[in-house]
Amino acid sequence: MDYATLLQVLDSTVRLATPLLLACLAGLFSERSGIVDIGLEGKMLAAAFLSAAIAAVTGSVWLGLLAGIAASMLMSFIHGFASITFRGNQLISGVAINFLASGLTVLIAQDWFSQGGRTPSLMGGGRFESITLPFAEALRGVPVIGPLYYELISGHSILVYVAFLMVPLTWWILYRTRFGLRLRAVGEAPEAVDTAGVSVVALRYAAIAICGLLCGLAGAYLATGLQAGFVREMTAGRGYIALAALIFAKWRPWYALYACLLFGLLQAVALRYQNIDLGGIIIPVQVMDALPYILTVVILAGFVGKAIPPRAGGEPYVKER
Amino acid sequence: MDKMPAWADAVLVPLISILLAAILSAGVILAIGENPIEAFKLMVDGALMRSSGWGYTLYYTTNFIFTGLCVAIAFHAKMFNIGGEGQAMIGGLGVALACLFIPFPHWSVALLVATLAAAAFGAAWAFIPAWLQAKRGSHIVITTIMFNFIAAALLNYVLVNLLRPVGAMEPATGTFPAATHLPTFQDMFATEGNPLFRGSPANVTFFLAVAACIAFWFLIWRTKLGYEIRAFGQSESAARYAGISPVRITVVAMLISGGLAGMMALNTTMGEAERLVLNATEGAGFIGIAVALMGRSHPVGVFLAALLFGFLYQGGAELALWTNIPRELITVIQALVILFTGALDNMVRLPLEKLFMSMRRRSS
Repeated sequence: MDYATLLQVLDSTVRLATPLLLACLAGLFSERSGIVDIGLEGKMLAAAFLSAAIAAVTGSVWLGLLAGIAASMLMSFIHGFASITFRGNQLISGVAINFLASGLTVLIAQDWFSQGGRTPSLMGGGRFESITLPFAEALRGVPVIGPLYYELISGHSILVYVAFLMVPLTWWILYRTRFGLRLRAVGEAPEAVDTAGVSVVALRYAAIAICGLLCGLAGAYLATGLQAGFVREMTAGRGYIALAALIFAKWRPWYALYACLLFGLLQAVALRYQNIDLGGIIIPVQVMDALPYILTVVILAGFVGKAIPPRAGGEPYVKER
Repeated sequence: MDKMPAWADAVLVPLISILLAAILSAGVILAIGENPIEAFKLMVDGALMRSSGWGYTLYYTTNFIFTGLCVAIAFHAKMFNIGGEGQAMIGGLGVALACLFIPFPHWSVALLVATLAAAAFGAAWAFIPAWLQAKRGSHIVITTIMFNFIAAALLNYVLVNLLRPVGAMEPATGTFPAATHLPTFQDMFATEGNPLFRGSPANVTFFLAVAACIAFWFLIWRTKLGYEIRAFGQSESAARYAGISPVRITVVAMLISGGLAGMMALNTTMGEAERLVLNATEGAGFIGIAVALMGRSHPVGVFLAALLFGFLYQGGAELALWTNIPRELITVIQALVILFTGALDNMVRLPLEKLFMSMRRRSS
């Protein structure tokens, strides 16, 4: 593999890792507060649809982004309503949200655009344009570093940079702010937080709102950055891969970045090379597709380090116990 | 006594939940500019008013009985098996291997062997998550989700690279030999003068599903194993104290669960398509969740809920055919059913409990 090809693969790794990273950080906030979220897929899908739909109608990708975030947040609040206010089963609620998004997006898309459940293709202002960073053109001729800067670091849409900046920001919020401390505490020992006079319900709703916001960015990036418009089921399991990455990262922000980049790389390689020939042994493309899931199962099984989730995760908090 | 009567818990709560889901669904139909009453009439007409409609409805019902029982038995052991989809896919592989490579003399022998193969393959696929949960403490929900995707990749590989007939483009096996074709309802019930169930895919597997319901009831409420599964689901610590092995119950309950999911493939693969195609499960594994929730994990409830979803599926197909409402309406209805009967259970139950308590206070 030559240098130019390597850069291209890494470039698509970054593009493919971005929605995973945003969704993974979304799940991180939610699960750290003790709300297990298997509805990431549905939230992303809802956001992808509404951002593309609004961007197509108004011609403004920014309005689309706002609409996408709103859609994802709405899904988040349904989840919160069921699992925080009414102390329902978080897993079942997450499953319901995935189905709700999967059905509603196609239903509404068909009603609004009559194009078989997709939105019209986005053009011009309806899409996030790639940003050329300063000096990218000028430095392009410099050997090794020039193409690296031009191909890999420059030339992505703004949401890619937002996603990568979210990693240190998430770390800072979780480990350096009072809100983060309480958020982590409520996922481990909600009764302690409650005793300290801090509202468990409010904290968990806040976490779920952040989760909705980040999933909104992820979905909007899918439909208006990575691709030009919404097609049915366009998230294609990314919400579940993000969930897998979250477990792989053991619920920590920097590791989430590495896990998402790894899974992004797997997707990029699978996309570029169908079957990989390793001198006699051929790895079929299906193995690459399944690898994130297999790795997650291995991690979950504790064969490579133990993945210990937040202790209060999945349990609704009942005040008098 | 701060509880409401058992009948209210078993009948009233799900009924109100379903009513709420139905009202919201009607709202969705209104919102996309169609008439919900007209839509409902069309669905009833297409699914229940002709025998071929019934043939389709019962065909889907058969799928949902199996996947519903699959989720229900896991629920009894307090586990949430989201892996029915993957287990059914692998079950389909078992059916295909049996049908393609064993020369059967008659369909009844073929059905027997294929049933064993489907159940064994489905159970094997459920075994790994079960074992990991029991021995290594990895959460069964997450592992079964992962195993759905792994199953899809595996099936894709097998169909594309191993079982696809030479020269064929589509990732599917060749058609099964004629001796393995199951009798459809049309073969069984239609006569010269009375052509019933014409062209519909309902087949003998339906009776297998009904038998599974009865066996499920017997297992859960009339055997020692069933008692152990229920005890384990009620309280793991109490069950452990009573000498019930958590590892054994987790694994056995999931094996039965996976076996039931695998048997669903008999209906789609052997009964309908008569070959294994890539997306043979069509999401039935997930519908099992709604069916089990709605049926309160009781075989009678599961049967009725499966029938309702069979009706919705066939009615939905009919809607998509005659109106502008896409089939995805069913997904929305399914989501609402899961949401209201599963996650928002307390929203209905708490006010009802209050109501019953105030009624009791007044009468005493």
